[in-house]
Order: sequence, then structure tokens, then C-alpha cells
Amino acid sequence: MSILEARDLTLRYGKTTAVDRLSVRLDGGKIYGLLGRNGSGKTSLLSVLAGFRKASGGEALLDGDPVFENRNATRRICLIRETGDSVDDDWPYNRVRDALAFAGEVRPYWDPTYAAGLTDRFELSMGKRLGQLSRGQRAALACVLGLASRAPVTLFDECYLGLDAPSRYTFYDELLKDFMEHPRTIVISTHLIEEVSRLFEEVVVIHAGRLVVQEDAEELRSRGTSVIGPAEAVDRVTSGLVVTGEKRLGPTKSAMVLGEFDGARRTAAEEAGLELGPVALQDLFVHLTEGVGGPT
Amino acid sequence: MTSFSEDTPIYRQIAQRIKADVLRGTLGPDERVMSTNELAEFYRINPATAAKAFQQLVEEDVIYKRRGIGMFVRPDAPSRLRREHRDRFFADVVRPMVVKANTIGIPLSEVIDRIQQMATEDDES
Repeated sequence: MSILEARDLTLRYGKTTAVDRLSVRLDGGKIYGLLGRNGSGKTSLLSVLAGFRKASGGEALLDGDPVFENRNATRRICLIRETGDSVDDDWPYNRVRDALAFAGEVRPYWDPTYAAGLTDRFELSMGKRLGQLSRGQRAALACVLGLASRAPVTLFDECYLGLDAPSRYTFYDELLKDFMEHPRTIVISTHLIEEVSRLFEEVVVIHAGRLVVQEDAEELRSRGTSVIGPAEAVDRVTSGLVVTGEKRLGPTKSAMVLGEFDGARRTAAEEAGLELGPVALQDLFVHLTEGVGGPT
Repeated sequence: MTSFSEDTPIYRQIAQRIKADVLRGTLGPDERVMSTNELAEFYRINPATAAKAFQQLVEEDVIYKRRGIGMFVRPDAPSRLRREHRDRFFADVVRPMVVKANTIGIPLSEVIDRIQQMATEDDES
């Protein structure tokens, strides 16, 4: 399985730092969620990892080899951007079937039969002009191009966002089915967490171009605890813990705590009559990416 | 799409559902449980999550693995689960009810009367 890695990676556009000394290692054979708010650097990071852009500093590596201008690495990576990156409309061969044929020529692991089946599933007609595709149809084509590429490393950059609900479910079903039949590394970037999070085995959260957390999705789900009760008791029980969010309503306070809420603390909280509860992944994400140190 | 509560690991919720099926008898002793891949497709979840649910159920002695064939319900699982649920029933269900009755000022005698009344109604119907 291919290992994709960013080492101390930096990407600057003029004075803007989009990716800031970020290190992350994606072991093969998993579905990853790359989570970050708009402008957090998701697209920039994926572009460098796929070899579309040259890093300003640090390295992007596939199995230890630099990705940039390395055909042996880039042929194994498929980055699908929201636009689908397909052939131009003013080209004479500008229909859906031409886009698939083109992918068949440039993608070494392309499966044309699977691509045709997917095109049917998404109700895309082969003869439709690319310039006349609706936003949803363009997104569907992007999903087809990514799935049928069967690339050992496939990166979907928010490409499914334009799909309507039934088509999104089709995408999730096909993605899971094909991943189980042909295990490979898949990265899905998104800022909409609730619906897709169950597809992920591991989650990478970035903010302001930096890594915030990389963790097993299920572990992350059980990582936060909310503590509600009289303010003074809440403060006492949560002292020494990482408190990511606080709200007050009169004498009552609610605090969101990260990390293990161990047995002794739990007992103390219960004895003080505090209410303990879990934190939803979406809320955890909001708190992890709120006011965390931006680039300086 | 089948919904999960956002605040508990999905694998625990799935393990819980399978245990509920065993308790109800929907899944009988020595009956084959869905495979990891079937479970992943059915619930639209990552197969690693499905595998974790099975791991938990194996550790809790609810299911056992037959190499190359699949996962099956342990014959003693229903009776053990029933015992566990009985043990927890008073702590999980009765205790909170008593606390709530006290908070809103319903005398326990009235609660007991009502329960007996309901039991008679159920017997008659």
C-alpha cells in the first residue's frame, strides 16, 4: 500500500501562507477525511500532495519519493477537484464519453467498464456536451472520474458537494463498495462533516494551514465531554483539563472538555450533581478550528 | 440513510443494535451475523468501524468467529444478555424514575399503584 506524506510542508502564494510547515502521514488502505473550514488550506495541501503544485518548503512524498515532477509517483495519484478538471468545451471531442476516453488514456489503473456502469448509476448520458452539464452532473462526472481511476491514492477535493442528496448517497455507496473490493488510499476533503464522517476511518483536521489533529474517527467521536452545572462546581471539576468552549446562562455553566475524563473526575462530577454528556463530531470540529493559533 | 446519534462512537451503537436483535430473538443462537462488508454497505459506514463493532461483540462473548465462514451468535448469548439487562434494569430505569418522581412530588405509593394497574390492563388485553 502506498504511503502519502507531507514533511514540514509549506505553500505560499506571494505573501499568503496557505500551508504552514505541515507534517502528516497517510498510511495506505484507508478512507481519510480531510476536514477544515473554508480557506484552511485543504485544496492547497491536496494540490501539493498530488504534484499539481511545487512546495515552497518541505516535501510531499509518495512511498518516500518526492511527488513533484515525478511521473512514477503522479501516475499513482488522482486528484479530483470540484470542477472535475475535464477536457475543455471548445475542443472538438467535448462530450461525456470523450472525458472518459481521455481519462482512460492518462490513468494507468482506469477501468472503462466500471466507468460506464457508474455513468449509468449517476444517470449521465455519454453523448451530453460537457459545457451543457448542470452543476450536479459536473460533480457526478468528477466522482466517476475519481472512482474509475482506481488510483492507489485518490484525492476527492469537495467534489461531491454539488450533488443532490440521492446522488450523494449513490457516491457513498459506490465509494464504499469499490473501496472494499479494491482497497486503496482515499482522501475526501470537506467542511460538511455530519453526513460523510461515517465513511472515514481516520480524520485529519487542519486550520490556518496547520495540522490540528490526526486521529481515528471513532476515537475522536468519544474524545469530548460536555460538563453542565453550577459554574463554581464546573470550574472545580474541569481544572487542569483542556477546556475548548464555555457558555454561561445565569448561575449555570456548560464547558466542553477535550481528552480523557477519568474515573475519579467522573465520580467527583457526579457527586457535585453535574451533568456529563458527549460532544458531537461536528461540535468538536467547530471548537478545534475556532481561534486556534493562525499563521503569524 | 440509517441514522446514528452523533455523540457516541458508531461501532458501539451497532454493537448495541446487534445485542438488541439477540435479546429479541431476531438473531437466534448459532445464527450467522452479517459480514463486515455487508454491515458496512448496509449502514454506509467504513468497514473498519464495522470490524470494531464485531471485535467488541467477540470480546463480550456475544458472537464467535468461524474461520473463513463468518461470525455467529453464541448459544449462551441470549440468556447472558438477559441477565445483564436485568442487573442493570434497576439502576438504568427504576432509579432515574424514582428520582424524577421525588423531584416532581409524586408519592411512590401512587407510582406503584399505577404500575400494578398497567400490569392488570396488559394481562386483560
